[in-house]
Amino acid sequence: MAKPDHLHFFIDPSRCIGCQACVHACTECDTHRGHSMIHLEYIERVESVQTVPVVCMHCEQPTCAEVCPADAIKRSGDGVVQSASTPRCIACGNCVVACPFGVPELYDDRQIMMKCDMCYDRTSVGKKPMCATVCPSQALFFGTREQIEQLRPMSAPVNEFRFGNQTISTRVLTMVPRGVASRQPLVDVTAAMDDRPARRAVMLRVLPEAPVPSDAYDPYENVPL
Amino acid sequence: MPTVGREHVRASAWGLIAAALLAVLIVVGSRNLQHFDAALVGYTFATLFAAFGITYRYAIWLQRPPTRLYWRRGWQVFATTRFIRNIIELLRRVLLEFALNRFIFRRGRARGLAHWLIMWGCIIAAAITFPLVWGWIHFRTVPGEIDVYRTYVFGFPVQDFHVESFTAFVVFHGLVWASFLVIAGVMLAFRRRMIDHGAVTLQQFGEDLLPLILLFAISVTGLLLTASYTWMRGYAYDFLAILHAATVIVTLLYLPFGKFFHLFQRPAQLGVGFYKESGTRGEQQPCVRCHRPYAPALMVRDLITVERELGFSYELAATPAAHYQHVCPRCRRALYGLAQGALWRDRVATAPTARGSDT
Repeated sequence: MAKPDHLHFFIDPSRCIGCQACVHACTECDTHRGHSMIHLEYIERVESVQTVPVVCMHCEQPTCAEVCPADAIKRSGDGVVQSASTPRCIACGNCVVACPFGVPELYDDRQIMMKCDMCYDRTSVGKKPMCATVCPSQALFFGTREQIEQLRPMSAPVNEFRFGNQTISTRVLTMVPRGVASRQPLVDVTAAMDDRPARRAVMLRVLPEAPVPSDAYDPYENVPL
Repeated sequence: MPTVGREHVRASAWGLIAAALLAVLIVVGSRNLQHFDAALVGYTFATLFAAFGITYRYAIWLQRPPTRLYWRRGWQVFATTRFIRNIIELLRRVLLEFALNRFIFRRGRARGLAHWLIMWGCIIAAAITFPLVWGWIHFRTVPGEIDVYRTYVFGFPVQDFHVESFTAFVVFHGLVWASFLVIAGVMLAFRRRMIDHGAVTLQQFGEDLLPLILLFAISVTGLLLTASYTWMRGYAYDFLAILHAATVIVTLLYLPFGKFFHLFQRPAQLGVGFYKESGTRGEQQPCVRCHRPYAPALMVRDLITVERELGFSYELAATPAAHYQHVCPRCRRALYGLAQGALWRDRVATAPTARGSDT
């Protein structure tokens, strides 16, 4: 069994609403039942509501596998980088520190590294990964290129990432503005080193207007809407 | 014409040395082959090949940059810091993690039990079979006492026991007890491989099922030999002996290539444990972005060395961090989101200033 070639995993972190549905659905995956392998990061919780769902990007030349002293991480023929082989993994943690996307997780008590394997029990039979199945905003999407093109006419998928001098190609695709993708189809991750998340405030205005004292503190005073 | 790499030549040399050393030990241990059982010559050659193959693969494995570095580091840490304490700790870990399979039981009780039964069955079987095959142990009747056996180890008399004694029963049926353990373990392992959806998805015939089939075949054919001479007056004994020898020899030839090689890789877990422990006591690497410590500084330095050897170039030229390894995993995940978000913010910018267009 292998993941069908015409199906791809697309991520658009800017669509993530931080609902955690993916985190919980991930625990249902049979290859790591009970353990969520997806990272849902609040980028700067105090300042912003921005969140990013991070799954394994399934690199073409996986750094985690290359630096593994036990040769425990293998990439299957369909390009999916599997979790560490249980007989081989010696739990050194190299993969955890080496992964440019910060994906693998080490379980010291069981002496094993586990990570997202694109729900291989599902994708290898043509089903969607659990996270993509439940994502309400489709920040995580699993389907064909034609489907994503139709759904997101303003975006285009890219699979190249720059980390300093290193460029990494991945199996998982990230959605970027179509114009950017046509000029230079890559995401320069380390260029964001000094970036801060965009401040956003959501004003629901569902309550009737109440009289507000003139000297009342306005928490949204400096927040651009 | 393809040329054989240097690492293969070196590994072959180590393999040949190991096989030659074993051959010498067989000759010496069996007192110039005096106690060597010629009927077991097939097993002997299979073990010689296995010694070559295992050493060859181990040597190739050790030449990978990360393996080489951590193998060296493990020994350095073990031998140079707190040596006596390390010895005690080593014994503790060998007992808990290897003899009791604690970490495998934590992965799953049935899984742990299956592994524990198979492991101890194989250890007992190997401890009995190899010394017998190599002529290191043999039994003889004591002159003048036809019903007393004497055990010889490397040609030296060690122990006498009566052929009808409990000791004789336990010793002569050692392989039977071992096969009971292995068969029970194999059954449990097969059960998991049939009903666990995760295991079913990932398992491969050569890597996961073949080893179990081989172990089962060895155990069952071994038991049939006992059944033949105990209850069936030696019915089909010769055929069963050849069949049993074939299963064992195939397994020995398979040892260096498949899943069984983890027996020789797994001790690296002990070295890595000492390395990690030493790293925890030492300086910690703070993340250049969030300034929180996230890994031992030694580990990060070693990883940078390994990445450079492997041809990765995560150096950061235009930022405060010298190397991307100095960013913690959590910040790496955040950077991915920030970088993608920035492209959407910058999409209205002109081509030369938009982040995705910088080259």
